[in-house]
Amino acid sequence: MTMLRDVRLMFIRNMQHTLRNPVFVFASMFQPLLYLLLFMPLLNSLSGVSAFGGKPVNIFIPGLLVMQALFGSAFVGFSLIDDIRTGVIERFMVTPVKRSAILLGRVLRDAVILLFQCILITLVALPFGLSVNAGGFLISLLLYALIGASMASMSYGFALIYKIEDPLAPTLNTIALPVTLLSGIILPISLAPLWLQDMAKFDPFWYGVNAARNLFAGNFQSIQIAEGFIIVAGLAIIIFTLALRSLKKMAS
Amino acid sequence: MALASLQLRMLATLLCPSGGEAMVLGYDLAEQQEQIRQNVGYVSQAGGADLASTGLENLVLQAQLYGLDVLTAKKYAAEFVDRLQMDSFIGRPASSYSGGQKRRLDVALGMIHHPQLLLLDEPTSGLDPQSRAYLWEQIWSLKAEGVTIFLTTQYMDEADRLCDRIAIIDNGVIIVTGTPGELKSTVGGDTIIFEFPQEEVARKAEAALRQNAKLEKIQAMNSSVHLYAKDGERMMPEILRSLDAKSLEVQSIMLSRPSLDDVFLKYTGRSLREDERRK
Repeated sequence: MTMLRDVRLMFIRNMQHTLRNPVFVFASMFQPLLYLLLFMPLLNSLSGVSAFGGKPVNIFIPGLLVMQALFGSAFVGFSLIDDIRTGVIERFMVTPVKRSAILLGRVLRDAVILLFQCILITLVALPFGLSVNAGGFLISLLLYALIGASMASMSYGFALIYKIEDPLAPTLNTIALPVTLLSGIILPISLAPLWLQDMAKFDPFWYGVNAARNLFAGNFQSIQIAEGFIIVAGLAIIIFTLALRSLKKMAS
Repeated sequence: MALASLQLRMLATLLCPSGGEAMVLGYDLAEQQEQIRQNVGYVSQAGGADLASTGLENLVLQAQLYGLDVLTAKKYAAEFVDRLQMDSFIGRPASSYSGGQKRRLDVALGMIHHPQLLLLDEPTSGLDPQSRAYLWEQIWSLKAEGVTIFLTTQYMDEADRLCDRIAIIDNGVIIVTGTPGELKSTVGGDTIIFEFPQEEVARKAEAALRQNAKLEKIQAMNSSVHLYAKDGERMMPEILRSLDAKSLEVQSIMLSRPSLDDVFLKYTGRSLREDERRK
């Protein structure tokens, strides 16, 4: 009970901060919108390629949402560094509030913002000819939330380790870019040479992207959906646990 | 980080001690952290106010974090706004506060849950004299209410005014503890400070004055020499004559009765000099 209460208090506090400057919620959507406007038209001429199995937009948008989950959440750690520097985190940590709630309140805020962005991007994509299974889309939102939570937790974990801004962005970029490329977000990984396809199997987000594409298409019987959820959820739990350990160790 | 700050952070359950044991308000620091967190307030040097939020939002959330419901939290917040006279600025974002206002909010955040023990890490460092005096008043009244206050400070006058017991820490070790009165009596008599035109002259004077058996302790610092003597007033003419005899030119003389500053110098100065000798 107290855990729920603590998470709620921390969630509200962080959401208030975000809503005070809502412009950033939209600013971080700029990248996916650019991909939609300036990159997706390139794919239309590839619609004959069998890997797309139909209209490229239907393959591209679920991947784009995963990309938003990865890159939109990758830099949330900056706000935590600010809170560490001003002593806010320490102040929270000497109260009886659960330390996991301090992090979970933030990660949930990030997930809610992400879902809002995913819905908005999907709506913008509809005029581009996107056809999506409504039920599949709603279920896929949970998938993005889990992917976003993994990335946000990682960002917080590094923020707690570094405690300064400078190394944070390069570190997260270095991690986010290869996992994005290997997950077949931009082009289906089945177009890749075999060695690259083999490497993709080590990228947990590749399973997430496959699950999202199946959900968009309404292929609910696909084993890839369950596979994607299990892998992404497991990853989120592991990274969150590691970030929590950094928080507990931060003081010492 | 200064050892005193580390010690406060340990007592506030932020840092895990690597060894030993400690009791805080009768609770075991290693085993009963939850009880300690509930009953101890801590104000760090950074303060920890959330600058983007208003002071009032800060206070209400802090009270809620101690398990209070919204209504009680608001009541407690209002009580401290009133008590620390913050109503003129409490509705503004904390980023707009002056140093003194911010520190008042920090202290209010540390005691919103009415702790039995309040840990203050350099509560007045960097404050203007008025804000300092104001905070001192508040700390006094808390003390009068029976709250135990454990504070670190680099200002000896602050320690003298506020504290019943003092521990002086040097190089990570507590070198002396006692009441302000006890500590001052260890300095013995008075301090006489001779100021010389150059450091070199001060060193010669120090050497010359070492012959004088009535002086308890002599210490050169830059271009001045600090003397400790039982009966400073009566010693001064004699000392002046002996310096004159060596034609060491004195620039100014100051006599002071013992203060905690002298206590601090006496204890930390000696260890510094011993360090030098070892080298």
